[in-house]
Amino acid sequence: MDKIPILRMGPFLLVTIQVDLYDRLALNLEADLVQTVNKTNAKGVLIDISAVSIVDSFMGRIIGNIAGMCKILDAETVVVGMQPAVAITLIELGLPLKGVHTALDVEKGMTMLRSMIDLGTDDDDQEGSEDDHIID
Amino acid sequence: MMIRKVAKMIISLTKDSISVQKEQDAVFLKNRVKEIAVKIKMGLVNQTRLITAASELVRNMLRYANGGVCLIEVVSSGRINGVRVTFVDKGPGIADIAQAMRDGFSTGKSLGLGLPGAKRLVNEFNIESKVGEGTKVTILKWANG
Amino acid sequence: MQLLQKKKKNILELWMKNQLADEGLREDLISNEDLRSQSEELINALVGNLSLSSSPDLESDEWGPVVEILGGIAITRARQGFSPRETGNFLFSLKEALLVVLQQEISNDPQSLFEESLKINRIMDNLSVVTFETFIKGREEVILRQTDEIAEISTPVIRLWEGILALPIIGTLDSARTQVVMENLLQEIVSTGSSIAILDISGVPAVDSLVAQHLMKTVSATRLMGAECIISGIRPEIAQTVVHLGIDLSNIITKSTLASALAYSFKIMKLEVKKANSLQVIK
Repeated sequence: MDKIPILRMGPFLLVTIQVDLYDRLALNLEADLVQTVNKTNAKGVLIDISAVSIVDSFMGRIIGNIAGMCKILDAETVVVGMQPAVAITLIELGLPLKGVHTALDVEKGMTMLRSMIDLGTDDDDQEGSEDDHIID
Repeated sequence: MMIRKVAKMIISLTKDSISVQKEQDAVFLKNRVKEIAVKIKMGLVNQTRLITAASELVRNMLRYANGGVCLIEVVSSGRINGVRVTFVDKGPGIADIAQAMRDGFSTGKSLGLGLPGAKRLVNEFNIESKVGEGTKVTILKWANG
Repeated sequence: MQLLQKKKKNILELWMKNQLADEGLREDLISNEDLRSQSEELINALVGNLSLSSSPDLESDEWGPVVEILGGIAITRARQGFSPRETGNFLFSLKEALLVVLQQEISNDPQSLFEESLKINRIMDNLSVVTFETFIKGREEVILRQTDEIAEISTPVIRLWEGILALPIIGTLDSARTQVVMENLLQEIVSTGSSIAILDISGVPAVDSLVAQHLMKTVSATRLMGAECIISGIRPEIAQTVVHLGIDLSNIITKSTLASALAYSFKIMKLEVKKANSLQVIK
């Protein structure tokens, strides 16, 4: 059975979807991602769908699920690379994917994740610097 | 005085019948629809609309009726060509079609956008269903329109 | 009908006389020789058919050749710029010629004359309808071709700044054109990696509800992809229409001019425009 590889980049996880996901694969991905976020304590998930040409309501729901589940585990999700035809179809289908962050490409997505993480962990930063002091 | 009637008939040029019993068949169906849409030079956005609509309907067929048969036709009305896909199943049927066509209505755990959403994506949409006998959904997308 | 066959020559001469005498004669579009040969071709086919069958059912195969010739003449006329009336008169003057000749031949039997005239009348009227239908189709083809050409040249995409695109639209927006603009805009956003697209409609005189819907769809699709779409240059008439149609634009960013849309874009991209230091010594 195929598995979609999940790459780790520091506090972030990167998933590149290369094929039009069939249902079982999509559900596996949902479960895998959530497990991995938990295991690695990831703060952000980037899903690259630039190679995906069809996103139907099922797939849309999976994406929404992933974003929701990760948020509960304190990780933000950004979907990048949506093709124009897919965007138009999703709007016409009636699936505006509210609550899911999106960016044009991986680079912009990473910038977005970093800014979201920074804003959310001001306390952590302070703690960090205190720790540094203590170590010194 | 007799005036010659200009018939606006839709004629079927090619027919492909695909039986869908499991998930792999659905993938095959979508690929076949794409092939045919490309062949009649359908624009990319229209292709996406058509295949997404087909995806919704074939999923319904698998989920609620345990599969069925899909017929893919290239049709022509005068100068324009289109793709017509018919989904026929012998499932439980839909008791209240009007209700099923409303956004958000679902008898499963889905978003309930499948039927009404598919209708918005295509040019012509037709559904017939009888409880206990089955359902037939027909969608048509013109190559450029 | 056999006698019509015999009198073919007479009919042609009478018809040509009628056509040449008509003030609507377009010698600039078709020469008299060409007109004669066209007329002769049609008469040969028509009279030939009339002698075989006087069934007015033009859908039957036997009328095929006549319908084809007529169709060809009609489409050519449409393309050449003949008016519908001129094209129609081509046939009407033939009908007259036929009836006059018929009357000359069956002068002693009014009942038979009436019956035959009625038949001819029906057939010629049906042929006229075919002519008009084909003429209109010919005109439609010209219009379609022109529409395609216009669509191609009418929406430039301008890179206003790094990451900011401008699409000024000029002319009437119909549903089909708005779709094309939408697809173009989204595609350009992807290929240039721009985060903001400004759709300027100051050159658009009016929008209907369908076009407004497509515009909203464009904004939603842009946002879904992770970019932003600003609509600028909305004329007061359009603002009125939109509100009267009950369309809710509260979720859409609208600016009155392209300039203010650009200023806004700079703001959200956290870019500042400052005056350069004027105390520069140039050596």
